[in-house]
Amino acid sequence: MLEVRGLSKRFGGLHAVRDVSIDVPAGAITALIGPNGAGKTTTFAMIAGFIRPDAGTVVLEGRDVTGMRPDRIAEAGMVRTFQITQPFAGLSVMENIRVGAYLRTADTGAATAQARQVGETLGLGAMLDRPASALTVAGRKRLEVARALATRPKLLLLDEVMAGLNPAEIADIVSMIQAIRASGVTILLIEHIMQAIAALADHVYVLAQGALIAEGTPRAIANDQAVIEAYLGRGAAARMATHA
Amino acid sequence: MEVFCFFSSEKKVFFFEKKKQKTFVRGVLRGHRGFVVTDIFLAALINGILIGGVYALVALGLTLIYGVLHIVNFAHGSLLMVAMFAAWLLAEKVGLSPYAALPVVAAGMFGVGWGLYRFVIGRVSRGEDRAILLATLGVAVVLDNAFLAMFGGDTRQIETDLTFAMWEVGPLLLSVPKVIAFGASLAIAGLLWAFMALTDTGRAIRAVAKEPEGARLMGIRPDRIFALAYGIGIACLGAAACLLLPSFFVSPHVGNVFVLVAFTIVVLGGMGSFPGAVVGGILIGVTESLGGLFLGESLGPIGISLVFIAVLLLRPTGLFGATR
Amino acid sequence: MKAVALVVLALVPFALPSQSMVNIAMLTAFSAFIGQCWNISGGFGGLTSFGHAVFFGTGAYAVAILQTRYGLNPWLGLPVGFVAGGLVGAAIGAASFRAGLRGSYFALVTLAFAEVFRILSNSLDFTRGGLGINIPLGMGVGNFQFADRRATYAVVLGLLVLATLCAAWLRRSRFGARLAALRENEDAAQALGVDLVRTKTLALALSGGLTALAGVVYTQTYLYIDPTIAFGSERSVEMLLVAMIGGAGTVWGPILGAVALHIVADVSRSFISTPGFAPMLYGVVLLVIIGVLPQGMAGLWERLRRA
Repeated sequence: MLEVRGLSKRFGGLHAVRDVSIDVPAGAITALIGPNGAGKTTTFAMIAGFIRPDAGTVVLEGRDVTGMRPDRIAEAGMVRTFQITQPFAGLSVMENIRVGAYLRTADTGAATAQARQVGETLGLGAMLDRPASALTVAGRKRLEVARALATRPKLLLLDEVMAGLNPAEIADIVSMIQAIRASGVTILLIEHIMQAIAALADHVYVLAQGALIAEGTPRAIANDQAVIEAYLGRGAAARMATHA
Repeated sequence: MEVFCFFSSEKKVFFFEKKKQKTFVRGVLRGHRGFVVTDIFLAALINGILIGGVYALVALGLTLIYGVLHIVNFAHGSLLMVAMFAAWLLAEKVGLSPYAALPVVAAGMFGVGWGLYRFVIGRVSRGEDRAILLATLGVAVVLDNAFLAMFGGDTRQIETDLTFAMWEVGPLLLSVPKVIAFGASLAIAGLLWAFMALTDTGRAIRAVAKEPEGARLMGIRPDRIFALAYGIGIACLGAAACLLLPSFFVSPHVGNVFVLVAFTIVVLGGMGSFPGAVVGGILIGVTESLGGLFLGESLGPIGISLVFIAVLLLRPTGLFGATR
Repeated sequence: MKAVALVVLALVPFALPSQSMVNIAMLTAFSAFIGQCWNISGGFGGLTSFGHAVFFGTGAYAVAILQTRYGLNPWLGLPVGFVAGGLVGAAIGAASFRAGLRGSYFALVTLAFAEVFRILSNSLDFTRGGLGINIPLGMGVGNFQFADRRATYAVVLGLLVLATLCAAWLRRSRFGARLAALRENEDAAQALGVDLVRTKTLALALSGGLTALAGVVYTQTYLYIDPTIAFGSERSVEMLLVAMIGGAGTVWGPILGAVALHIVADVSRSFISTPGFAPMLYGVVLLVIIGVLPQGMAGLWERLRRA
């Protein structure tokens, strides 16, 4: 579905992302994890067209979308959400979701029906006529996903949808993401919390200091020395081994 | 007076052609490297530099307000108008020369600016960009029309002993009030720079400009600093007004003349940049002066607007600006 | 209810006893119309323009030049003015939005464009420079010159209805939803497939075309136009004030705003008639509105209805 090859980005002297290659197979949930400041969000922004990469290619379903404008990429079927939620604060929840639905239809009635259906599926049914600014943090995260889903994407890019939520809310979101995948949407997600990934992802890429350091199944990644050290610091893997 | 200018970059020769009269104004002074320069040209250039110094002072206030508060102060021209009326009133009713009145007007305008931010702009706008912009526009509308209602629409001037005084320098006649205005403006700009760089208050202002949250943690109250910076920015207008008055007119509409000029300078120099405001001020003074010479009185002012549009569309960070 | 309001508005001039009162009604409708034009881009799109006079003047000069230079029928000024204003809006919009200008920067660049147009019209022979253009007198419906202010009122009211229908369409259409999304959050809107440059440019072009119609009607009513009337900042500020005070981004706001401003103007004039006094009050009202009622008078109406 998505092939990312050799993506790189510099900001001044800082190599924010270096030679990152990712494959996202159709129908799967693929995860990109890494400690804070690893370059996950920059990678996402390049894939979705918000930042132009210095080098590398992004190919969606065989079509090169590198450096395309974000709205064109959305039209091609790849839609992102934002880690820091970006609601249209002055509009109602319904109107927020409908902006997404309008990508596939110019008809207000059809877009409204689509938005209502997506909103209800994602548990925002009771809030549809309230202003988006009235939502809780968890509600805003759901709204991000609902708006993106209303565009009927083939590939959904989720940027830390679980950050800032409590365990019960995380459990809800996990089952929501599984339901989305079951409906036929491919998913690439960024996550900071490793535990949540184990329950969700088919395949995991690990980013540290701008470069990929490991990839594999969640189980393999959880036992990978390089990954443990990237998260917990040098020597952590050895310390854990002696404690065990 | 319609004059066209052709500039050939290879030969570096200026021709000035008067369109209607088809007469050539040929060079009086022949400079080196094939420059053909008239002393009209030189006079316009120097006049532009001199007036540019005062523009720089006006723009300095604007760039300070932008740099610290991150707001576009659309009331800037109108506040300059208020300061000019203050200086005019002191000259006409009290008999105080504008130069002697400078500290008084600057201090008074500091108070006006401080109060305006504290009680109107800061309060009305709740920190939203669009609300701040519209609030400063509202202040401009109120001030312009209040002064129109109080003083009528006539333009007024004062005459001091120096108004028509000239210094002869080589082939040139320099207007004394303009030379004084230029020198004093740069001196005030230097003082302001020193204040910002060397005093605790100046450092606090710069801290708030850079990191309002961090400054808050250091025990600095950003809202006080905002009012202070706004006051200082407006005090610059008080000084500029006193320097302008001996060679300029004042009317309730005079703010409109300056507001686009000031914004052009600030955008050209880079929003928030001190050296940018000074260099930009002089560049715009020269642009205006040469525009008047080459394009005539009615078409001349177009230069400033075109520079403004070009900078915004092509290089919004200006000459000295950081990315933003 | 809306149909009733329209019928009442249409009948107003025939109930008014004097031409001068009809004139006040006409001027109020005119303010409402230009405020609604500003509202289409400035309110619904959040494109705060300080230089909308650039479109007004384009229409005003278009119809004046059409008649005096080419001897064409002034009614043609409406379509020609609309297209000319739309093109100017599209050009300014495309250049500004491609360069990523927004907020205060956009406001300032529109002001500069209006200034460029003012200086050009003040300098070129084509527009007769600072002399302005007189339209030869020739009263008659066929010549778009009305001796009776009630006819002018009818034309202005028709334009107001047209602009208000556009505003209502923005409330309900995909285009309007996308415009509002960009106003609220550009990144999120683009992520959902909204083409920023195209959407904003079209909004400014539509607003520009409609605003130019106001310039056409102005020229045909007063039979004179000059650079300051056409492109001066007072017209830009009036449009913005009407929309902001009535309620930017609401369908009925500009109409409320225009009525309020003209009441303020007429009442204040009967106490203090010094020039400048009424506009000063407008400024005060604007400050109060920004501080207390960011949604304008229409927002107050909503708040009362919900309470």
